[in-house]
Amino acid sequence: MHRRTLVLALLAAGHGALAAGKEPVRVGFLTVNSGALAAGGRQMEEGLTLYLKEHGNTLAGRPIEVVTLDTAGQPATTRTRTQEAVERYKVHVIIGPLAAFEALAINDYIKQSKVPVISPSAAAEDLTQRSPNPWFVRAVGTSAQPNQPLGEYAAKTLKYKRVATIGDDFAFGHETTAGFQRTFEENGGKIVQKQWAPLNVADYGSYVAAIKPDVDAVYASFAGANGLRFLRQYAEYGLKVPVLGNMTTVDEGILKNMGDEALGVVSCGWYTAAIDTPANKKFVQAGRAAYGADPGYYTVGAYTAAMFLDLALQKVKGKVEDKDAFMKALRSLDIPDSFRGPIKIDDHGNPVLTVYIRKVERKDGRLQNTVIQTYPNVSQFWKYDPKTFLSQPVYSREYPKAANLEQ
Amino acid sequence: MRFWLIQSLNGLALGGLLFLLSSGFSLIFGLMRVANLSHGAYFMLGAYVGLSVLNAGYGFWAAVAAGALSIAVLGAIIERLLLRRLSGRTFSQVLVTLGIAFIIADSSLLIWSGDPMPLPVPRALMGAVPVFGVFFPKYRLAVVGISIVTAVALWALLERTRLGAMIRAGVDDMDMARALGIPVPRLFTAVFCLGSALAGMGGVLGGPILSVYPGLDMDMLPLALIVLILGGPRSVVGAFAASFFVGFVYTFGQALFPQLAYVILFLPMVAALVIRPSGLFGAQTA
Repeated sequence: MHRRTLVLALLAAGHGALAAGKEPVRVGFLTVNSGALAAGGRQMEEGLTLYLKEHGNTLAGRPIEVVTLDTAGQPATTRTRTQEAVERYKVHVIIGPLAAFEALAINDYIKQSKVPVISPSAAAEDLTQRSPNPWFVRAVGTSAQPNQPLGEYAAKTLKYKRVATIGDDFAFGHETTAGFQRTFEENGGKIVQKQWAPLNVADYGSYVAAIKPDVDAVYASFAGANGLRFLRQYAEYGLKVPVLGNMTTVDEGILKNMGDEALGVVSCGWYTAAIDTPANKKFVQAGRAAYGADPGYYTVGAYTAAMFLDLALQKVKGKVEDKDAFMKALRSLDIPDSFRGPIKIDDHGNPVLTVYIRKVERKDGRLQNTVIQTYPNVSQFWKYDPKTFLSQPVYSREYPKAANLEQ
Repeated sequence: MRFWLIQSLNGLALGGLLFLLSSGFSLIFGLMRVANLSHGAYFMLGAYVGLSVLNAGYGFWAAVAAGALSIAVLGAIIERLLLRRLSGRTFSQVLVTLGIAFIIADSSLLIWSGDPMPLPVPRALMGAVPVFGVFFPKYRLAVVGISIVTAVALWALLERTRLGAMIRAGVDDMDMARALGIPVPRLFTAVFCLGSALAGMGGVLGGPILSVYPGLDMDMLPLALIVLILGGPRSVVGAFAASFFVGFVYTFGQALFPQLAYVILFLPMVAALVIRPSGLFGAQTA
């Protein structure tokens, strides 16, 4: 299903006399233009384009040429597209791919070919943990990174004792839920029920009906369209138990199509369009002006990835050809004042960042994720010792073990 | 007790939805022997058309009618221009209908963007009602009702009208029907049109439960296939029974053995293919 290979030369004429005559930095942008993940792909493209536009398509004095490649969200295609980007278009750096399973599919090839990759959305834990890649740096956090604070928040601040979880039955759902479960239980809570729904399940009716009626909250871990579908059906069945969510369940990218069913959902993330800082307000205004919507998970990821590229290029004075120096610059980024708050890359290529606990509210006629708590400087290892953390198994369906399930 | 009751209701609701999805698919296959792999795409497109009609300010039932009509027209065009030329060439038909499915999916992405969008539940059917002491969404009960009405209407059409008699004759023995002077080509167009209309209608009716999003087409197609295989291609009753059978198996499979939901769903299909190729509920004659 490879349909489009768009080569977008974003070389705007007349931009910057400095940039003229200079060899462009070629960026391979791996996105998804077709299939179920296309909405995320489009939002990534918006984020990247927005950043480049704001900077006149010139970063660190060099023009930027973006080669856009459609992976169709399929790991095998992602692999060939990556090869194409590296070998045919000779890109200096890759921004992408969208999904974690895509990132895992090209991990080995990236190590071999030594192309710097800035990941705008793939959150799989092990990409920056147990199978680290020196050529990989993440613009977003890991799956569990914001969910670990949320687990603590649910137990300590919200004082929830018993929570049921439901989530997409794939790695992202497993990892986010595991992070939540671990800190929630370590702070005295109990996960009394866990349900996994296949990604393409037709109907959540039977899952919703099976949720224990006497729990304090339901933790819902969904990606893509599923958060919207789940919350609709949850409301349809008249359930009143509060809902907690991971970063994608009520992401701005789908929140705009939700209704009252989303009100009150408390979720976590490394971003929300409602962050009340001048830098973020400016960013949100720009996003709304350009695309008529609040920026969400994918837009923010790609925008941040472009920002990483910019800052690392500045550090090496535009010399992207010196791969080792460029990669070193990327992996030692320390941004004290980004629109998301401070971001600092750790030793594993993953950002230490601010985690926001957010609550869906209606303001000025639109739904937004209002910040109700902020956790600064959250590492992918949370409060744990990195060595110990890495010696334990990666978060999954089975780990950590749920010891408090009730029949 | 509550568990069994509510999951039975769930199974019933899913069965109703599945019948709306797959009755057209079974009808087309029964007469024309075309496994219309664009059926899932018709379902999705119907939902999108319905959504646009709703967004334009019309009511829910107008959206249902618009979904059915537009997909009926589309089906008629595809049958006349493409499938007719390939009659008898099963493999080509499969490829063409699959190709059409991709074209519809990509076009929908261009027109309606990739954002998942819910269709609103009609106002009168919002909320839940108590059924034997448990609360159950009104709209889902309505879907069951609509599927029953649809099944009865289809059954009456096939068993009680002249058109139905011709269709049945065509299903049983195409050559004989032709020899008797039944206008088989026109019949094909009519049936394909009707089957497509059912898909379009099902898409809009399913929208408030499923939402509409890229990928809905391919999520639905296997379910239509399972119903066809279990129900057998020859009868409305078979498709109806199979839809509810699958609805129950799927729901209870998910609730009782969540890890094995898909195995439980596909196992009866495999068994049916091996033991009763004409379907668990289909006519036994070959």
